Amino acid sequence: MAETTETSGFSLATDRPEPDAKPGEPLIEAVDVTKTFGAVQALRDASLTVRRGEVHALVGDNGAGKSTLIRCFTGVHAPNSGELRFDGKAVRFAAPSDARSLGIETVYQDLALVEDLQVWQNLFMGRELHSGPFLRRGAMRERTDELLGGLLVNAPPSHARVRGLSGGQRQTVAIARAVGWSSSLVIMDEPTAALGVRETKAVEELVARLHGEGLTVLLISHDVEQVLRMAQRVTVMRQGAVVGELETESAGAEDIVALITGAAGGNRKRTDAEDAAG
Amino acid sequence: MSTATATPAQSRQGGSALDRAKTLEFWSEQAAVVGLLIAVVVFSILTSTFLTTGNISDLLVSAAILVLLAIGQQFVVAAAGIDLSIGATLPLGAALIGVTVARHGWSLGTGIALALLACTFVGLVNGTIIAKLGVSDFIVTLGTFGVINGLALILVKGDTVAVNSTTLQNLALNSFLGIRWFVLIGLVVAAAAHLTIFHTRFGVHLLAIGGDRDAARSMGVRVARGRIAAYAVSGVLAGLAAVLQVSRTGSADPSLQTNLLLSSIAAVVLGGSSLFGGKASIVGTVAGALLLTTLINGFTLLSVSDYYQPIAVGLVVIGAAVLSRFQGRTA
Repeated sequence: MAETTETSGFSLATDRPEPDAKPGEPLIEAVDVTKTFGAVQALRDASLTVRRGEVHALVGDNGAGKSTLIRCFTGVHAPNSGELRFDGKAVRFAAPSDARSLGIETVYQDLALVEDLQVWQNLFMGRELHSGPFLRRGAMRERTDELLGGLLVNAPPSHARVRGLSGGQRQTVAIARAVGWSSSLVIMDEPTAALGVRETKAVEELVARLHGEGLTVLLISHDVEQVLRMAQRVTVMRQGAVVGELETESAGAEDIVALITGAAGGNRKRTDAEDAAG
Repeated sequence: MSTATATPAQSRQGGSALDRAKTLEFWSEQAAVVGLLIAVVVFSILTSTFLTTGNISDLLVSAAILVLLAIGQQFVVAAAGIDLSIGATLPLGAALIGVTVARHGWSLGTGIALALLACTFVGLVNGTIIAKLGVSDFIVTLGTFGVINGLALILVKGDTVAVNSTTLQNLALNSFLGIRWFVLIGLVVAAAAHLTIFHTRFGVHLLAIGGDRDAARSMGVRVARGRIAAYAVSGVLAGLAAVLQVSRTGSADPSLQTNLLLSSIAAVVLGGSSLFGGKASIVGTVAGALLLTTLINGFTLLSVSDYYQPIAVGLVVIGAAVLSRFQGRTA
């Protein structure tokens, strides 16, 4: 029986052939995106460009619109107006599967792991390898062990139930799932919000290593110090709008905080999209 | 780099059988198997007729209907649902066989096919209302329980219909390769259910839906479709159970089967599954159904009054439910 073809893409993204596009070129863009929920305007002409090969942070207070913008990128929400672009071409995501088909994967804040299932079942959930009606359990477990072994020294075994894993291990499993399926962009929503100091450090090291291997990451975080440690660029949102974009090499924590709180006013940098539009 | 070392729970996953046996979780998961072994040993000591070929054969045959219902219930429970309607779906299936075959002279095959289709339809309706309209499974299946019971009574005008069929008599009394047909049907359904839950995408998706519906949805699992399918499986197995019941009694009785309904849920709980979903064990559920049937069989052989039997069965179920509270914890 033939193996399903939909699952042939599960591997470390960095093991895959180099894409045609070069690092630094826009990978995914939101251009003047608005989104309303009833009377609430969650996004107001929000524009954001994530460049290939960078770790780009998205910060802002609660209710600033970060999650809504991310959900537009992942196909959960459709913008009311504005445009999403992928590799320079306009795209419309009708469902999360549309975003996934472009290699966009998400590490959700709640991790989206099923505790009573084993690690391999979580990694392949919704995209299982199968021959005819039956799962190829051995093949999936083997690939899970390979992937986790490549990411961690003390990787949990593929047959371990998620319920028995530590917070850091769970985070790593969620990251491994996103990295394993992603061919272009991994979105991480507050990846260390629920972790202790040691586990936070381990996850940051993992992301740094994956970035070093060419992975593009969009990081949502409340932790300004973490953003400065991990990201090359940071976009700040406030009240549904993008109010600034900074290079972390030249910016300090106080600059970011000033934009988050509104103390810096509206001195936002023009985005690539705006530059391109003139 | 490395992250944290193994947690106690993780060590437990890879620990020895002895370590596992020290946890209450282990005992809650194995309650049915352990309880069944104890019941067999105790009844074998207390009565010489228990462990005879004839009695064991009769016990297994009488357990077959409950095994089918409990397996159907297991599919629904795995997806964090519950199906109260099977206590009325079974009599509906029986009534359809009775009306079509005995009163209208249709062929047995047509009558059975119609009964299976109708019972599956009941499951589909339950699942659709629950999954698509977001109504509580308890309320929906309790509602269909009443509606279907009324339909069954209308179909047979409140009477039990005699169904004279040589084929059904053979099914109830005869064997194939030395195994009674009822037992064989139970074994085949159990094996198919085990393969479906643990070795197919549908099964793993059901466990994911039951374990964490939002996570499953986030990962692209079609949650509504999976839940509807679980109720459909429960419905079709209730239909198959109706065929066995008509076969066994030689008649189509439209009476509600509340005992079988409650026992099907009890068998699933005894088998180590969580009523909160996400866990399943076909071996455990079958063992649970066998344990409940064994208790009734053993008490009958010991001439224990019918009044005491439900008390004993109820206490066993409560014990299993208490143990299930410890799932995921160490002793």
